[in-house]
Amino acid sequence: MNNPILTVEHLSVAFNRRQTVVDDISFEIHAGETFALVGESGSGKSITALSVLRLLPNNARLNAEAINLHGDDLLRRSEFELCKIRGRRIGFIFQDPMSSLNPVMTIGSQIEEVIRLHFSLPRDAIQQRALELLQQVELPQARQRIKDYPHQLSGGQRQRVMIAIALAGKPDLLIADEPTTSLDVTIQAQILALLKNIQQQTGMALWLISHDLALVSSIADRVAVMQRGKIVETGATAEFFNQPKHPYTRKLLSALPSMQSCLTHSTEEKPPLLQVSDFYCHYPIRKGIFKRIVDYVRAVDGVSFDIQQGKTLALVGESGCGKTTLGKSLLNLIPGNGRVVINGVELNALTGEALRRQRANIQIVFQDPFSSMNPRMLVGDIIAEGIRALHPKVSADQRKARVRELLQQVDLPEDSALRYPHEFSGGQRQRICIARALAVDPKLIVCDEPTSALDVSVQAQIIQLLKTLQKEKGVSYLFITHDLAVVAEIADDVAVMYQGKIIEQGSAAEVLTRPKQAYTQKLLAAVPVLKMDY
Amino acid sequence: MVVLWTDALIYLLIVVMLALGLYLRGKEHIKRPLQQIGRSKIGMVSLVVLLFFVMIGLFDSVHFKPADDKKNEIISLLDYWASPLREHGEKTYSAPFATKLYSKEMMAMPDGSMQWGYPRLEFGGRHLNNPDTEKIPDIFHKAFYGGFQGASLIVFFMLLMWTLSAERYQRLTRDSTAKSVLAVVFVIVSCSYALIYLSGYYHVFGTDKVGEDVFYQAVKSIRTGLVIGTLTTLIMLPMAIIFGILAGFFRGWVDDIIQYVYTTLNSIPGVLLIAASILMVQVYMANHEADFTSIIVRADMRLLFLCMILGVTSWTGLCRLLRAETLKLREMEYVQAAQALGVKQGTILLRHILPNVMHIVLISVVLDFSSLVLAEAVLSYINIGVDPTSYSWGNMINGARLEMAREPIVWWSLTAAFVFMFALVLAANLFADVVQDAFDPRRSGNE
Amino acid sequence: MTQYIIRRLLYSLPLLMGVNILTFVLFFVVNSPDDMARMQLGQKHVTVQAVANWKQQHGYDVPLLWNDSAQGGKKITDTIFYQKSVGLFLFRFGVSDSGRNIGADIKERAWPSLAVALPTLMVGLLVNICFALMMVLFRNSYLEHAGIVLCVILMSISSLFYIIGGQFFIGKVLRLVPISGYDDGMAAIKFLILPVMIGVFSGIGSGARWYRTLFLEEVEKDYVRTARAKGLSETQTLFQHVLPNAMIPILTGVVVVLPLLFMGSLIMESFFSIPGLGSYTIDAINSQDFAIVRAMVFLGSVLYVIGLLLTDISYTLVDPRVRLS
Repeated sequence: MNNPILTVEHLSVAFNRRQTVVDDISFEIHAGETFALVGESGSGKSITALSVLRLLPNNARLNAEAINLHGDDLLRRSEFELCKIRGRRIGFIFQDPMSSLNPVMTIGSQIEEVIRLHFSLPRDAIQQRALELLQQVELPQARQRIKDYPHQLSGGQRQRVMIAIALAGKPDLLIADEPTTSLDVTIQAQILALLKNIQQQTGMALWLISHDLALVSSIADRVAVMQRGKIVETGATAEFFNQPKHPYTRKLLSALPSMQSCLTHSTEEKPPLLQVSDFYCHYPIRKGIFKRIVDYVRAVDGVSFDIQQGKTLALVGESGCGKTTLGKSLLNLIPGNGRVVINGVELNALTGEALRRQRANIQIVFQDPFSSMNPRMLVGDIIAEGIRALHPKVSADQRKARVRELLQQVDLPEDSALRYPHEFSGGQRQRICIARALAVDPKLIVCDEPTSALDVSVQAQIIQLLKTLQKEKGVSYLFITHDLAVVAEIADDVAVMYQGKIIEQGSAAEVLTRPKQAYTQKLLAAVPVLKMDY
Repeated sequence: MVVLWTDALIYLLIVVMLALGLYLRGKEHIKRPLQQIGRSKIGMVSLVVLLFFVMIGLFDSVHFKPADDKKNEIISLLDYWASPLREHGEKTYSAPFATKLYSKEMMAMPDGSMQWGYPRLEFGGRHLNNPDTEKIPDIFHKAFYGGFQGASLIVFFMLLMWTLSAERYQRLTRDSTAKSVLAVVFVIVSCSYALIYLSGYYHVFGTDKVGEDVFYQAVKSIRTGLVIGTLTTLIMLPMAIIFGILAGFFRGWVDDIIQYVYTTLNSIPGVLLIAASILMVQVYMANHEADFTSIIVRADMRLLFLCMILGVTSWTGLCRLLRAETLKLREMEYVQAAQALGVKQGTILLRHILPNVMHIVLISVVLDFSSLVLAEAVLSYINIGVDPTSYSWGNMINGARLEMAREPIVWWSLTAAFVFMFALVLAANLFADVVQDAFDPRRSGNE
Repeated sequence: MTQYIIRRLLYSLPLLMGVNILTFVLFFVVNSPDDMARMQLGQKHVTVQAVANWKQQHGYDVPLLWNDSAQGGKKITDTIFYQKSVGLFLFRFGVSDSGRNIGADIKERAWPSLAVALPTLMVGLLVNICFALMMVLFRNSYLEHAGIVLCVILMSISSLFYIIGGQFFIGKVLRLVPISGYDDGMAAIKFLILPVMIGVFSGIGSGARWYRTLFLEEVEKDYVRTARAKGLSETQTLFQHVLPNAMIPILTGVVVVLPLLFMGSLIMESFFSIPGLGSYTIDAINSQDFAIVRAMVFLGSVLYVIGLLLTDISYTLVDPRVRLS
């Protein structure tokens, strides 16, 4: 074992003197290794990283026996001395590169700032070094783009800039806090490869923080799992994934969706419920003094597919491909054109009151469980809203009975009807949203990334719930997602979208195991899979 | 009983607020911020001060014609209680607590000769035989006596509470916020009693040019300030809310028209718009003399029109804020979910948009109150505010401005107006801060 | 960019028309030309002939909106509305009710207004920003609390008291500068010191508070955390990261009032006897001179519209996200 660069001994962090977020944890990171700290949301992993640099918010209290960097106790350093260590000995990469970069400074000047702060070099040497860094992180056309502003770059490119900023001080330890969570799957693979490359080039230690176990398994040397502020298990990667000891670790690993489950879906043919032909959403671009239409943004560009009764079609693609636009415009929440037939009724021909009455047939569950419910309404009213609107003749008592029934079906306690959304966790809120969609007895539910914002264990529960409901009620799903592993778990058929068009369609088993298109192959290759046999 | 237009609107406002209070009683999302306000010391202390002012204003809003009066004038409840102050007018200026007039004149001496000197006041310090020596101890005496009366009232109430409900009493004395509220109430009641008692014998803040007691004027001006601060808001709110929400929700041509309207209104300089409207009102009143029977009714109408005009010119600010917030809320997923569930547009507006913008309305109302009170003073100064015959701090300052040039300087009118206005506006600003912290979802950090 | 400006200018035309119509309605619907004449000539004992004379002198002897007795196009142009209001568009302000040339008066009086308002704005901006920065630098300490309390107190005092108090203490008691008045050229400076000082002082309370809110909003953002992680100290992050970002809303807020500076502060000019457009307006209101008030309203609207346009343009110059999208 190499000598440890960073040792943390008995670290505790509490907010407002009451909430203990990090509870007496100790670990060490060795030179040149990749250390992964894994945990679900709220487990305290980001706070741990911030405590090392003493970047905690004001109402946090830090308590530790020692935090040693190369034997130097950081706790005893003053704020002034700590400023010399931040950026120079320890580099930090934050999660969301759009908000973590200063929007009014060019990326070049943001990198040069770090160099100027820690090294005394002449101006052109600094500029030269900044350019070298951008080339090291493989930013295309670095020489032209060095004068660009953050908003002119894509998500992946911004994260490369963040990495360049973190590397500029030539640190011994690089802390990466969920560096790929907000990126597309293909970009994610590239960024991880880049990090690994740089680590091998420079020999620095990499501390990776993530909630994605599969991702971690492909890159880390040692793994530690945090649950509610405590580290419950630590170990070398191979041992960790093959023989997990702690029950929580085992639970996390078993909740991971696996690509193999796509082979277990039934291939029985059922009559079609939804038929979509030549559907498109074109948004006009207006230019000039009188705002004449010059071109169109083709968010959805001629899409056709069918969904059978009681089956699930997964719509897969990366951000910007148009899948969410398609999902929402099927419900007429966003304008769209084309032929949409559900249960024999042509939806696109209806407007106004006739359209409103058809709404019972097709419902939607959104991605963010926090913003998809009115925070000022009681849960019971939220669930009953559809019944009130579409079946006004139902009496108040009947409504209440129906709400109770629905709460039972989604496994929530009966008294939830009298509480407010903020009293529930993310997974529970998503259940309420599912109950709300079910309240009007729809034939088809559009699920727009319903589990992307949830933890892995909760995600497994929600997917299980959706499958049970499908079996019991025969409801069909249009499941929109970017996560191919989830697709394997839940979908019968798959359609892959790219730049507004469906480029590949077929049964799940076929598309996921024998993809025909190059883009689909690229997507599948980028999915982080657990390296071990399972 | 005589009900003036502004009185009627004040009663309406009270009814509306009570109804709103009852409606929101059980709502969770109101309880939490209210509790936060309840726990803040600054908030509760400033609320007590505000309530005190409101109480005075309310007493001043019950008007009637006294039965025995031959002069056929309309007075309010406050006037009735402050009768001694109202009727003990002097000839001209006198300093606070003075016993002599401010200016010299020819006096008839007891021995028949005429002398040029400071005559004794009619009412101020009348009871003193030798003013120069007796005045200071007498003032202290009376102040203590009055203060003692007020203090004993509070102590009496505390004892009453202690005997009736010991447990409540315990809780009250432990809670630090309640203690500070109690302390403030104690101070206010004692000082008021002291002042009221003293004003029976002296002119506490002196008298103005026509000999009217300045303390009386300042207290009467409270109602004017309160009316302008609250009625303007009452008139402004419906317009701002309706237009703001409609513009943000429906966008398209509705939005364009409303934006056009408020940009046009905004581009006319506010003062000029108010000036033009007040001139219009004056001409209207001059042409319809018969409708306005007495001075008080005239002044009241002008106050009402001023509130209406201020309301019409100030709804644009809140409207813009509400439009921006509605544009944001419209894209929220729960609004889209409601559309998907087949909820009608009007229902979406009422159930989803309106409750979620109310915090902006509340913050705006409380913030605007103090700026309206300050604006009244400025408007009265340029003669487009309230009627010069009605009592307002603006009128007092207007008159005081010229007095500053006199030798020796006449400072008491200005100071009285300053003290009262400052107390009200400071209390309103502090309370507005606390309300903003409690209701703004970003600041409270919870939502 | 030029297309954008042209489009905005075109949009402002119906706006100004709207303003014109509104003021026309305000003035003439309640107040007929007869009433105006009577008011200018004195209320009592005015003969019909005198009224008619006055009306003809000032151009009010034609109908309000529609002239039946004229020929063709003159049906519209020979009306009060056309002659008075539409003329404003060509900046022909005409003659005031008391006989002076409004346009010339405005040109002359605009400069004193600017001489007071511009320094007040600039100095005030500097003082407020410094004060707000200091409060943010020491946030969560007693200094900050004291600062906030001070701001609330300063905000709660009416500007009238600042003026009267300032005039009294500095002018009368300390006799440092003259209380009021004005002079030409550089000699005007000694008359400007007091109004500018009082203007700045009375604006500190609300200005510093508002800027402090803006700064605090920026300080909470993620890029500040990145800056700290780079090793920048608190002061360095404030000046090099927070300030440039917060200056965007501050500057655009300043730009929008720049054109209106010409209108002058009504109160300031009145108290300090500065012969600017503000006191011009007040005098017109007091003497009920509608011609001047109408001209000032129109001028104010034009300046406001220009201010809106300048704001939008300054956004594109200052914020790279808007400039390069």
